[in-house]
Amino acid sequence: MSDQPTGTPTFADVNRDVLRTLEPPGHRYFAWMSVVALILAGGILFWTGQVWWGIGMAGKRVPQMWALYITTFVFWIGIGHAGTLISAVLYLFRARWRTSIYRAAEAMTIFAVLTAGLFPLIHAGRMWFAYFLLPYPNQRYLWPNFRSPLVWDVFAISTYLSISTVFFIVGLVPDIAALRDASTGWRRRIYALLALGWEGSDNQWRHYRRAYGLFAALATPLVLSVHSVVSWDFAMALVPGWHSTLFAPFFVDGAIFSGFAMVAVLVLPMRHFFGLHAYIRDKHLDAMSKLILVTSLVLTYFYLSEIFTALYSGDHFEKASLFWKVTRTYAWALWLMYFCNCIAPLIFFVKKARTHPVVIYVVSILVLIGMWFERFNIIVPSLAHGFYPYTWGIFVPSPTDTGIVIGSFAWFFLLFLGFIKLMPSLSIVEVKETLPPPMRDTRHGAHH
Amino acid sequence: MAPTTETIVGVFAHVDTTVRALEELKAKGYHDLTVYTPVPVHEIEDVVERDRPVSRVRLFTLLGGLTGAFSGFMLTIWSAMQWNLVTGGKPIASLPPFVVIAFELTILFGGIATLIGMVVLGRLPKFRPSPGFDPRFTRDRFGVAVHCAPDRGGSVREILGAAGAEEVKAV
Repeated sequence: MSDQPTGTPTFADVNRDVLRTLEPPGHRYFAWMSVVALILAGGILFWTGQVWWGIGMAGKRVPQMWALYITTFVFWIGIGHAGTLISAVLYLFRARWRTSIYRAAEAMTIFAVLTAGLFPLIHAGRMWFAYFLLPYPNQRYLWPNFRSPLVWDVFAISTYLSISTVFFIVGLVPDIAALRDASTGWRRRIYALLALGWEGSDNQWRHYRRAYGLFAALATPLVLSVHSVVSWDFAMALVPGWHSTLFAPFFVDGAIFSGFAMVAVLVLPMRHFFGLHAYIRDKHLDAMSKLILVTSLVLTYFYLSEIFTALYSGDHFEKASLFWKVTRTYAWALWLMYFCNCIAPLIFFVKKARTHPVVIYVVSILVLIGMWFERFNIIVPSLAHGFYPYTWGIFVPSPTDTGIVIGSFAWFFLLFLGFIKLMPSLSIVEVKETLPPPMRDTRHGAHH
Repeated sequence: MAPTTETIVGVFAHVDTTVRALEELKAKGYHDLTVYTPVPVHEIEDVVERDRPVSRVRLFTLLGGLTGAFSGFMLTIWSAMQWNLVTGGKPIASLPPFVVIAFELTILFGGIATLIGMVVLGRLPKFRPSPGFDPRFTRDRFGVAVHCAPDRGGSVREILGAAGAEEVKAV
C-alpha cells in the first residue's frame, strides 16, 4: 500500500488519531445515516402490520413456521461470534494482531446479538408475552421446560449478550478516560461519567488486568457454547437433515466464518474513511483472510461429512431429504451456498488476494450471502420435505418477513454507525500496548 | 493544621526513567507510591508488583461461578419438581439437559462477580480525581506519586529529578 505512512506511531499519535475519528461527521455520514434509518423505518412499518393483522402476514403456513425469521436469527447470532472470538480467544492465545480490530469487532458482536434477539420476539407474534420464556415465580406453578433446547437458547443468548456487553464496557473504560482527558464541553462530561473516574493507577491496572484475563477465560467456552446451543434447537429435533451430532461444531465454525466476513465488511471502510492505515495494516488483513480461509475449509469438510453421513446412514428419510435438497425447489440456494462458502474463499490461497481490500470485501459479502443461505438451507428445505408427504410444503417469502429481515440489517448498521462516532472504534490502550514503549536509553529497551 | 503527609508527583516521558525512579524510591524506603501509566507496562509492573500478592479478583470469579452452577441446578431441579410430569420415561430431575443451564449461569454469575470484584477492589467509580493525577497520564506520560512525610519532600524531589523526571511538583 502506497498510502501507508512509514514509521511507528507514538503513544500521543494514537490518542490524536483515535480522537480524530470522533470529530463531528460530515454530510456523507448523515446521508448514510438517513438511508439506513429510512430502511429501518420501513422494517418497523412491516412489523407493525404483522402485529396488527397477525403472524399470517409473514407467510407462515405449516410446516414452514420458522422460515426467514429463524434463518435470520441464526445468521445474526453467528455474526455475533467473531467479536468475542477476537477479544477472548485471541487474547488468551496472545495473538497481537487482534488489537487494532477487536474494538470494532466487539461492538459488532453486541449489535449483532441485539439484532438477533429481536427475531424470536418478532417470530413469537404476540411479543408482549415474551417474558413467558423466563423463569419467574407465578401463582400457577408454571415453569419453563428446562429440557427444551429453546429454553437453553434463552439462557445461552442472554448470558452471551450480558457477558459480551460487560467485556466491551470494561475494555472501553481506560479508553474513555483517555477521551475524557482530551475533550471539552458536553462530551467531556459524558465521558467523565462513563470512565468511572479511571486514572490508570497501578492499583486499578492490577485488578483490571486480572479481571480482563478472567473475562477472556469465561468468554471463551461461552462463545463455543452459544452456537452449540443454537444448533441444538435443530439437532435435538427428529427432522431429517437436522437430527445430527455434527451440528454443534458445524454451527460454531460457520459462525466464526461469517463473523469474520462481517468484521472485514465493517473494518475495511472504517480504515479507508478514518485513514487508519497505520494501525490496520496489511498483516491484519492477511490474518483475517487466513482465518476466513481456514474456517471455510473446515466448513467444506463439514458439508462433505453431512452428505456422507446422509448417504452412509442407510436412513431412507435422510437420503430422501438430501436428494430433495440438491435437486428440487431450493436446489439453487444450496448450490449458491456451496459456491459462496466453499469456492469463493479459496482465492485467499493467493497471497496478493489476502491483502487486497477490494478482493477481501467482495469475498466477505459473498460469504455473508452464503452463510445466510446456509441457515436458510438448513431450515426451509428440511421442513419442506419431512417424513410424510402430507407434511410437505413449500415456503414463499412475503413482503412482511422480507421487509423485516432487510430492516434488521438497517438496525444493525444504524447502531454501528452511531457507535463509530461516539466511542473509540480503535482501542487506544491495546494499540499502545503493541507499540514499543518510549525509552530514553534505547540500548536496553524494546525486549517485547 | 499542617498536613501529615505530602504528595510529590514526578512526570516521566519514558519507561526506563520511571523504572529507575521507582527502584531508587523503593531502595530508599518509600513504599507509599502510586504509579500512573497510560497502558500497563511490564517493566513498571515488575517493580510495582514485586512484593504484592496477586489481585483478589479471582476469588470473586470463583465464588460467582460456584454460585451460578449451584443456582442453575437448583432452579432447574426445583422447578421440575413443582410439576411432576414424566416425559419420555426420563427422571423428573434429569441432569444432562440441566447441565446446559448450570453452565450458562456459571459463566453469567462468574462474569458479573468478576466485574464487581474489579470495581470494588479498584476503588471505582471514583467521583473526584485523586490529587496526584494529571490528564497527561492517559496519553503518553508516566506518573509517580510519592506520599511521604512533609519533611522528606526535598529528598523525594531529588530522587525523582535525578532519575529523569520531566517535571516534579507537589500537590
